[in-house]
Amino acid sequence: MTLQGLEKNFGEKIDNEVKIEPKDWMPDAYRKTNIRQISQHAHSEIVGMLPEGNWISRAPTLKRKAILLAKVQDEAGHGLYLYSACETLGITREETINDLHSGKAKYSSIFNYPTLTWADIGAIGWLVDGAAIINQVMLTRTSYGPYARAMVRICKEESFHQRQGFEILLVLSKGSKEQKEMCQDAINRWWWPSLMMFGPKDAESTNSDQSMKWKIKRKSNDELRQNFVDMIAEQIKTLGMKLPDDNLKWNEERNHYDFGEINWEEFWNVVKGNGPCNKQRLDARRKAWEEGEWVREAAAAYAEKRK
Amino acid sequence: MNTQFIKKNYYGDIPDEKGGGITNVKISGQDWPLWEVFIRSKQGLDHKHVGSLHASDAKMAIENARDVYTRRMEGVSIWVVESINIHASAPEEVGELFEPAEDKIYRHPTFYNLPEEVNKM
Repeated sequence: MTLQGLEKNFGEKIDNEVKIEPKDWMPDAYRKTNIRQISQHAHSEIVGMLPEGNWISRAPTLKRKAILLAKVQDEAGHGLYLYSACETLGITREETINDLHSGKAKYSSIFNYPTLTWADIGAIGWLVDGAAIINQVMLTRTSYGPYARAMVRICKEESFHQRQGFEILLVLSKGSKEQKEMCQDAINRWWWPSLMMFGPKDAESTNSDQSMKWKIKRKSNDELRQNFVDMIAEQIKTLGMKLPDDNLKWNEERNHYDFGEINWEEFWNVVKGNGPCNKQRLDARRKAWEEGEWVREAAAAYAEKRK
Repeated sequence: MNTQFIKKNYYGDIPDEKGGGITNVKISGQDWPLWEVFIRSKQGLDHKHVGSLHASDAKMAIENARDVYTRRMEGVSIWVVESINIHASAPEEVGELFEPAEDKIYRHPTFYNLPEEVNKM
């Protein structure tokens, strides 16, 4: 088939909601965009284990510790589903991981914020995972088959994450004065970074968004962010807490919540690597990889010997 | 920052790839082999493909598959097959392989119009 024929065929599949599978012909840029997005998504899951891992040894009860362990283990699983999906596009696992460790590939900036108190674990589950779910539910309909399938599995598991986070905050919201303050403080610190997870405003993009045309991404940053605000603004009422935004109010006409302006200077600053924990996160990943080297080598040598 | 030149991130708050990075990462060029994982969700059902993973040997592949794909009682049995041993039809052969079936609608029970009294057949 000619290149034009292949491109036409590919375009028709996208238009007709037929998923693209690994062995199908696809434009080089589609392949690269998917490798980039899926690997960054995988890295985000893996780096995302670090801020929460910080509290496993200090969880307030055995029950909370078991739950947090299970959640962090899920994040590892999500990273692995996504690394596998990424590999179907022709990049090796080692290359992908090296790109993270070299700093070439990035991850979600939200994980460069520190987890200062136990309430942060609740706020992460409710707000950060809540924002991630909004994005990921959209991605269950993404055009690349293996990515969409990984997303379906991940979304099923994320629901537990958000609910356990909300429940942590719910318990704190009914606790002592100090516990209530801790709950509000965590919400105050995580609210704006969670809104930043959806990326820059649509209006600030000059590029026509190829990802939307290819149906890799299916909703704009602003649409997703609005969905998130509408969901959280309702849920917080149950907690009896307040979102740190004086401009947050229901807009009858738009049928959505209005909300204040994100501090974009902070956004770009963290995105550029000047967040509170950027260095610490990458150092932790590199250390884990380096210290596991002898295990990888020994297991490979053992398998070779038994052949 | 001049907003005119801001490039939209593909996935939310993830930075562009241009910025910085170190280059002294050691490359071994040797991932553990890739395995495809098949899970039987309960007795009486087929094993179904669920994904893949890396492991040094079959035993490790099964153990890892347990952790990665059955954390919520999704399985009662696991198969693992090294991915290099899977042979697949090519997308280019789709017509040749599958089109011949398209015009043989008489292979379906609905092709036959039967009187009402025997139509439960």
